[in-house]
Amino acid sequence: MSGILAILERGAGGWHRMSFEALAGALELGRATGEPVTVCVPAADAGAAAAEAAAWGAAVIALEHEALSLYAADAWIAALEPLIRELGPAWVVLPHTYQTRDFAPALAARFGRVLMGDCTGFAIEEGRPVFERQLFQGKLIGRFLFETEAPNFVSFQAGAFRAARPAGAAAPVTVRRAEIEPARIRQRPEPPFREAVQAVDLASVERIVAVGRGIGDEGNLELARELAAALNAELAASRPICDNGWLPMDRQVGSSGQTVAPKLYLALGISGAIQHVVGMKGSGCIVAVNRDPQAPIFEIADYGIVGDLFEVTPALIEELRRSKETA
Amino acid sequence: MKIVVAVKQVPARDVQAELVPSGDWIDESGLSFEMNEPDAYALEAALRLRESAGGEVVAVSAGPERVQSVLREALAKGADRAIHLAADGDAARGLDPAVNAALLERAVREEQPELVLTGLQSDDTGSGQTGVVLAARLGWPHATLVMAIEPGQGEVRVKRELEGGWYQHMRLPLPAVLTIQSGISRLRYATLMGIKRARTKEIRRLEAPPEAAGGLRLAGLALPRRSRQTQFLEGPPAEQAAQLVEKLRFEARVL
Repeated sequence: MSGILAILERGAGGWHRMSFEALAGALELGRATGEPVTVCVPAADAGAAAAEAAAWGAAVIALEHEALSLYAADAWIAALEPLIRELGPAWVVLPHTYQTRDFAPALAARFGRVLMGDCTGFAIEEGRPVFERQLFQGKLIGRFLFETEAPNFVSFQAGAFRAARPAGAAAPVTVRRAEIEPARIRQRPEPPFREAVQAVDLASVERIVAVGRGIGDEGNLELARELAAALNAELAASRPICDNGWLPMDRQVGSSGQTVAPKLYLALGISGAIQHVVGMKGSGCIVAVNRDPQAPIFEIADYGIVGDLFEVTPALIEELRRSKETA
Repeated sequence: MKIVVAVKQVPARDVQAELVPSGDWIDESGLSFEMNEPDAYALEAALRLRESAGGEVVAVSAGPERVQSVLREALAKGADRAIHLAADGDAARGLDPAVNAALLERAVREEQPELVLTGLQSDDTGSGQTGVVLAARLGWPHATLVMAIEPGQGEVRVKRELEGGWYQHMRLPLPAVLTIQSGISRLRYATLMGIKRARTKEIRRLEAPPEAAGGLRLAGLALPRRSRQTQFLEGPPAEQAAQLVEKLRFEARVL
C-alpha cells in the first residue's frame, strides 16, 4: 500500500472551496512522506473540473456516475470503496466538509478504520505523521497517531492549508465509470434548497459586532446592538444565539453560517470554537471580550479584554460616544 | 416508534482544562459534567417524535459510573428507560469513534429500535463520527446534520443542513441512524414531577464489550499556539475601553 489519494468535492455549484486546501494538505503530506499524490474527483460529470484539478500536477481520476449528481452517502461509498481497494493508498485525504462528515466515517468503517477528522495540521515525528486536532472546543490540541495499517483516512479542517496556485505541467486525467447499483442506494435525496433570501450580507460589511453564549439572555442583545450602532457595525452571532431564535439564522457566522472578513470583528462572549473561527478568522482586526482567559478566541485576537462583557461593553459605548464628540 | 437516543456526558463548557501531571489527559477530579448539548437536541427530537407518533424513548450513555447522572436527566425530561454501558479507562474517554460506536452497538442490537438519534458531535472530542460509524456497524442507513424528522410508513423524511444556508430533504428506510444538528427545536427543562418520576425509572447496566479498538492513539496534548500576538488590555473596564478605542483608531486604523 502506497501513495496518497486526495478525494476532492465537486458539487452542482462547482468546487467546494476546501477541496484545494485539502489537496495542498495532501501534497504536503506527500512531500513529507515521499508518497505520490493521486486526485479523485467523484461527480456526475467531472470532465472540465478534472482537467482543472490536474493543473496542480497530480494525476486525476474522474470518477463518474449519474448517481453522484445529488449527494447520497451510499452512492459515494459505493463509488469510492472499490477504487480505494484497487489503488491501495497509504493515505486517503479529504476536505472536512459537511459532505465528508456524512460519508467518510462510514467509508473508513468499510476498511475497519476510523477517520482522523477535522485535522488542523500534521508534523513528522520519528518518521511518521502525527496529526493535530482540537479537543474541548479548542481549549486543547490533541496530537494523534494511527495505529492501523493502510489505508488510513484523514480530513483537513478549513484553513489548515493554504490552497496554493497550480504550478508546473498539467498531469494526466483518467475518466472512469463508478460501479454503483442505484437500487442499493438507501438514501433518497431531494435537490438542495435555500430557506429564504438572506436579508443581510455580512460578507461585505466593514465592521461586525458578534455575540456568543456569554451574552446570556435575549434581553442583553440590546447592549450589543447599542455597541454595533456606536461602531456603525452590523450585528452577528455564533450558532447557539441563532439556535435559540434570538437572532435570525442569516446573522450567523461560522461553518454553517456566513464567512466574513470585515476590517473589524469584535467578539463579545464568544469562546471561539473552530466552527465559528473558520467563518471569521480572515477578519482584519479581531477584538475579543471574554471572561475566560483560556477562551480559544484569544488565540486569534489582536486585542483581548479578559473581563465581564456587561461591564466592558457599556464602557466601550461610552468611550466611543465621547471620542466621537471630541473627534 | 421505538427510539434509542445516545447521549454523552462531557465536561461543562466553562471548565478550565488542566492537564494531569503526566500530561496525557485532563484532570477530571475537579470538573463538573453535563449532557453534551447536541445530544440534548437529539433527546428533544426523540421526545417530540414520541409525543406525535407514540412509542418509546430509551436513553443510552457509555462511560464510567458518573454518566448515570445524564441518564437520570434524560429520564427526568421524559425518556422511558435508560441503559448505562459501563466503560472505564481509555474507552471511557470517548476519543475513538469506533470504540464509542461499538459500545452503543451493543445496546442497539439488544433494543432493536426503529431509530437511533444522537447529536452531530460532542463538545469534548468533537469527532462527529459516532453515529455514522454506528450505522456502518449495524448495516443501517444514516443521515447527519438533521434539522427535522417526518416519520412515514417504514421510512423517515429528514431535512439535512448543508453548508452556507442550504438544506436538503432525504428519505431513509427504517431502521436508521440520524445525527441531530443543534437548534432543531427549543430544549425542554425537566419538571419537578419529571425529576420525581425519574427516580423510579430503570437504568439498566450493560458491561462494555471487550473488543472495540479503533486505532487512533493520543500521542499528546498541548495548549493551543497563538497565531496572532494578542495585546491584552488591562485595568478597570473604563480604562480598557479607552485603550481599545485609542488602539482601534491609531494602531489598527479601523475606526
